[in-house]
Amino acid sequence: MTEARYLQLSGLEPFTLTPEIPFVNIGERTNVTGSARFRKLIEANDYAAALDVARHQVEAGAQIIDINMDEGLLDSEAAMVKFLNLIAAEPDIARVPVMIDSSKWSVIEAGLKCVQGKPVVNSISLKEGEEAFVERARQVRRYGAAVVVMAFDENGQADTLEKRKQICARAYKILTEVVRFPPEDIIFDPNIFAVATGIEEHANYGVDFIAATRWIRQNLPHVHVSGGVSNLSFAFRGNEPVRRAMHSVFLYHAIAAGMDMGIVNAAQLDVYDKIDPELKDLCEDVVLNRRPDATERLLDAAARFKGDGTVEKSTADLEWRSWPVEKRLEHALVNGITEHIIADTEEARLKFPEPLHVIEGPLMDGMGVVGDLFGDGRMFLPQVVKSARVMRQAVDYLTPFMEAAAAANPSAEARTKGKVIMATVKGDVHDIGKNIVGVVLRCNNYEVIDLGVMVPADRILETARSQNADIVGLSGLITPSLEEMVNVAGEMERDGFSVPLLIGGATTSKVHTAVKIHPHYKAGQTVYVTDASRAVGVVSRLLSPDTREGYIADIRSEYAEVAAKHARAELDKQRLPLARARANAMTLDWQGYEPPRPRFLGTRVFADWDLQDLVDCFDWTPYFQAWEFKGRYPALFDDAAQGEAARTVWADTKAVLAEIVAEKWFRPRAVVGFWPANATGDDIRLFTDETRTSARATIHGLRQQLVKRPGRPNVCISDFVAPRDSGRPDWIGGFAVTAGAEEEAISDHLARQNDDYKAIIVKALADRFAEALAERLHQKVRTEFWGYAPDEAIADADLLSETYRGIRPAPGYPAQPDHTEKATLFDLLDAESATGIRLTESFAMWPGSSVSGFYFSHPESYYFGVAKIERDQVEDYARRKGMSAEEVERWLAPILNYTRIRTDAA
Amino acid sequence: MRTPRISELEDLIAKRIVILDGAMGTTLQKHRFSEAQFRGARFKDWPRQLQGNNDLLSLSQPDAVRDAHLGFFRAGSDIVETNTFSSTAVAQADYGMEDLVFELNKTSARIANEAARIAESEDGRPRFVAGALGPTNRTASISPDVNDPGFRAITFEQLHAAYAEQLRGLVEGGVDLIMIETIFDTLNAKAALFAVDDVAAETRLDLRVIISGTISDKSGRLLSGQTPEAFWVSMKHARPLAFGLNCGLGAKELRNYVADLARVADVPICVYPNAGLPNEMGEYDQHPDETGELLGLYARQGFINIVGGCCGTTHAHIKAIADSVRGVEPRHLHHDDRT
Repeated sequence: MTEARYLQLSGLEPFTLTPEIPFVNIGERTNVTGSARFRKLIEANDYAAALDVARHQVEAGAQIIDINMDEGLLDSEAAMVKFLNLIAAEPDIARVPVMIDSSKWSVIEAGLKCVQGKPVVNSISLKEGEEAFVERARQVRRYGAAVVVMAFDENGQADTLEKRKQICARAYKILTEVVRFPPEDIIFDPNIFAVATGIEEHANYGVDFIAATRWIRQNLPHVHVSGGVSNLSFAFRGNEPVRRAMHSVFLYHAIAAGMDMGIVNAAQLDVYDKIDPELKDLCEDVVLNRRPDATERLLDAAARFKGDGTVEKSTADLEWRSWPVEKRLEHALVNGITEHIIADTEEARLKFPEPLHVIEGPLMDGMGVVGDLFGDGRMFLPQVVKSARVMRQAVDYLTPFMEAAAAANPSAEARTKGKVIMATVKGDVHDIGKNIVGVVLRCNNYEVIDLGVMVPADRILETARSQNADIVGLSGLITPSLEEMVNVAGEMERDGFSVPLLIGGATTSKVHTAVKIHPHYKAGQTVYVTDASRAVGVVSRLLSPDTREGYIADIRSEYAEVAAKHARAELDKQRLPLARARANAMTLDWQGYEPPRPRFLGTRVFADWDLQDLVDCFDWTPYFQAWEFKGRYPALFDDAAQGEAARTVWADTKAVLAEIVAEKWFRPRAVVGFWPANATGDDIRLFTDETRTSARATIHGLRQQLVKRPGRPNVCISDFVAPRDSGRPDWIGGFAVTAGAEEEAISDHLARQNDDYKAIIVKALADRFAEALAERLHQKVRTEFWGYAPDEAIADADLLSETYRGIRPAPGYPAQPDHTEKATLFDLLDAESATGIRLTESFAMWPGSSVSGFYFSHPESYYFGVAKIERDQVEDYARRKGMSAEEVERWLAPILNYTRIRTDAA
Repeated sequence: MRTPRISELEDLIAKRIVILDGAMGTTLQKHRFSEAQFRGARFKDWPRQLQGNNDLLSLSQPDAVRDAHLGFFRAGSDIVETNTFSSTAVAQADYGMEDLVFELNKTSARIANEAARIAESEDGRPRFVAGALGPTNRTASISPDVNDPGFRAITFEQLHAAYAEQLRGLVEGGVDLIMIETIFDTLNAKAALFAVDDVAAETRLDLRVIISGTISDKSGRLLSGQTPEAFWVSMKHARPLAFGLNCGLGAKELRNYVADLARVADVPICVYPNAGLPNEMGEYDQHPDETGELLGLYARQGFINIVGGCCGTTHAHIKAIADSVRGVEPRHLHHDDRT
């Protein structure tokens, strides 16, 4: 099976001629030999209107546009180059491939040097012999173009079927065998000549073309057949309806024979079935040479079908013209339409009090939309450049009005307010943002000297000096420009400048400006300008003697803060390898310390804790936070804004609380346990009994990998337990408490009675009961159950500030962020049957008002955050836990210091 | 004339995923060369500032350039690119060094070859040198002047001549293949192809090319507006040794465009992305392991034949990439019974 070989062309977008496409429309209107209108536009140098002709062809469905500048009085090469270069800046035209059409090779080659896509050359032929033909074909190939080959040889144009076959076959053989031209890139044009001319030899031209087409498609593999269709009806110039009917009839038959491309007026193709039957019949007689009097009959009838001959004007896509002027301006900017921009700008000028307001209002808004679309990837650069052009036209239109206004009112800022030098730095070609800033500043009476793009530092400095600039502005879009800006700043410092330096452009940032550029230019002030709309404010504050000093002082302190924050963040991002973090573990003196032994080992359950005892140690601040009050209890009650509402909630809460305590709505439960334990590396091993020979469980720790200041350890919870090799026996505790499963039932019940307010109070109080129980239990552990602080006498208020000895960190929280460790804790405590708390599949506790954790007794133990960890620790931890690294990454996703790779990504 | 080395490389590409080098600029920047070091003794009185002209380091700091190449070879690169990204008269005009273009290219090619021979002697694996042709700093399809869209700051002929000059230097210094890279305007690249044709004819060498474009922003197109597929259609007549994308984006963002090309292009696919997207300091900070894993995924999904790194990729990145694609089958070309 041979592979399908399709003709592929490209403009900005690819075009593939697949078998599903029966016929390719090649737009013929951008041809000076075929269109008098187009010729006149080119001769008059009206390229804007000439581009519209091209645009309309594409809009009407042309898949390729034919461009021909062969006119004796034109500099055809120059016109071809200019038109193609202009098309390249029009994405809605440039998206389709072009056909470079000329009888002069020099014009074709000049055109080939202007197009980035894959065009079609129209045409080459054997007219000047085989050698020239081969040479041209090779050149076409080097440019990567497809080619139209005319049925023309040393003896002239083929006008019979036999000559057409013979020339095309010969050309095919040379192209494929000598030049090795890909056959799918060859398009034969077997000459469409005028029929119905009254000359008898011409009568069979249509038939011969169609027959030649069929033969070519059957005998010359992979090639295509095209032709200039308008030639056919040349005899009926001035009678568009008849010409159109002839074209449609001709194409109907030629396409059936294999003609798969044609140069046509894409906007004026009639549907074969819709042609007046009588006219269709007359045309078919002519095209197919069906009767000797065919020409006469069509000529006789032609006048009746002439119609008014006018070309229909497309009314489509003009809906936007009915929109309000602001929306029209936005539409024109986004779509790069210059056609109505002057009229619309004038309308806006009349509507707004000042011309400047048009720029700062609808025009800048429109450019904002363009910027957003570009940022989202929904517009690409050539489109944005077109938008900038529309903007420029509108601004140019408004400028004289603004100047006139300034002249009429000389007292008000007749003089320019200052001189700004602007440049896109060396190595960078992006200048749209800079141009907009220039426009905005000029409109505000600043004199702007725009040095353009890729401006080296010395030129910027030279100009700033010779022009006595008040401000220098640098722009850049690509990352190397950042470095170049630093360079320019340094050069300004070296050269003794002190004028402000503005920084803007897509990759620039406040951080980069503050950290990298600002320090290089101490003599002056560097200012990062977020976007064009800020430029005027920044410049005016920098140049006004009243505001200058204060503004600069503000910027300096802001940049100092930004730089400090950046430095901290940088330090924060750095992570130690796990081995080095371990080497910097917290080392406690186990030889000089004897860990306390708990009063009992194993677990103990507490049901029905006295509610009032718990209420006495409530921490109320989080309760009010749950109600979204800001501030601490009880100072909150005196807050001017929230005080009254807080007091209301407080009164209601106390009432509900009294009910709860009196009627014992909750039955708080708790379980606590202690086990012999020793640390092994980052893990803590628990033993069944004090012989410490048989393992009960392992609690896994995660170690900080932050880069610490000297003397500060990289901590892990295991550091707080005596290591196995210290020889010291140690213990660890665990607990789980809940306000009770009643919470859910009670609040559900209230909610059903539509007492949501009370339901929320109950739920929030349930949380307080659980927290208070955890606190109370911990106190009992310290003073009684573990008993290492029997004399602890801390008032309830201090209880809340956690000044006591020992900690109770919970799995899933900062000191051990892995929620799955709760499973171990629950298993040790048999927590579910002891308290009724269940773990969900994501290791959350149900009911919600529950607290659990491990107890550590060492006097130097403290709460800490593991913070982000590296891949090496994840892998090590996964091994220790017997999990896959992927699973660990899933559970620890929020604390990974690297981006997790999803292997399931499609 | 077909060099045996290029056949050897073609065989290698058919057999396994071939590893390219990382960012020369990033690697050289680590030395933090001063203006004086950029100049060296020879250019100490040069009238213009030279710091930043990385290609000049081939003349003023050749050991650093050779060591950078050698580092990539040792990290696993099969091919390194010469330090000639900006060694055209067009790009060197910024420094007034247009007249040094031939020498810059010849010397850079020699340095890369030195490194290749050293690496080969160390482990016996063949190493290749690709002559790098950058896009220059001008575009043949876009006007730099918003108000004059028909204007061009450079013509096809100027680019053609500049690339031909560069190529003559590279060929003189000895390169195994040519790399037309970081293409932001297809017309610039066409001029480069023209020059390759010319120099191949002059030297009677079969100069094969790798063609690599750059997606410049989220629109997913080249700067000049072409879609990746249109870019392929415009370039495929060159029958490149490999075709693909580099720079512009990181491996994560580039994936779909590479997938598109892998679907349409019937030649080997070559990809060398940046180390992620630049952070707000303009630095590339993607960890080597992450780059390696992302590109390893490309390999396992059957997209690539040649892989390496662009801006921000260090020796460590190349090692991570080489490790992650090792043993993974290269992309299989579509069956193609063309002769």
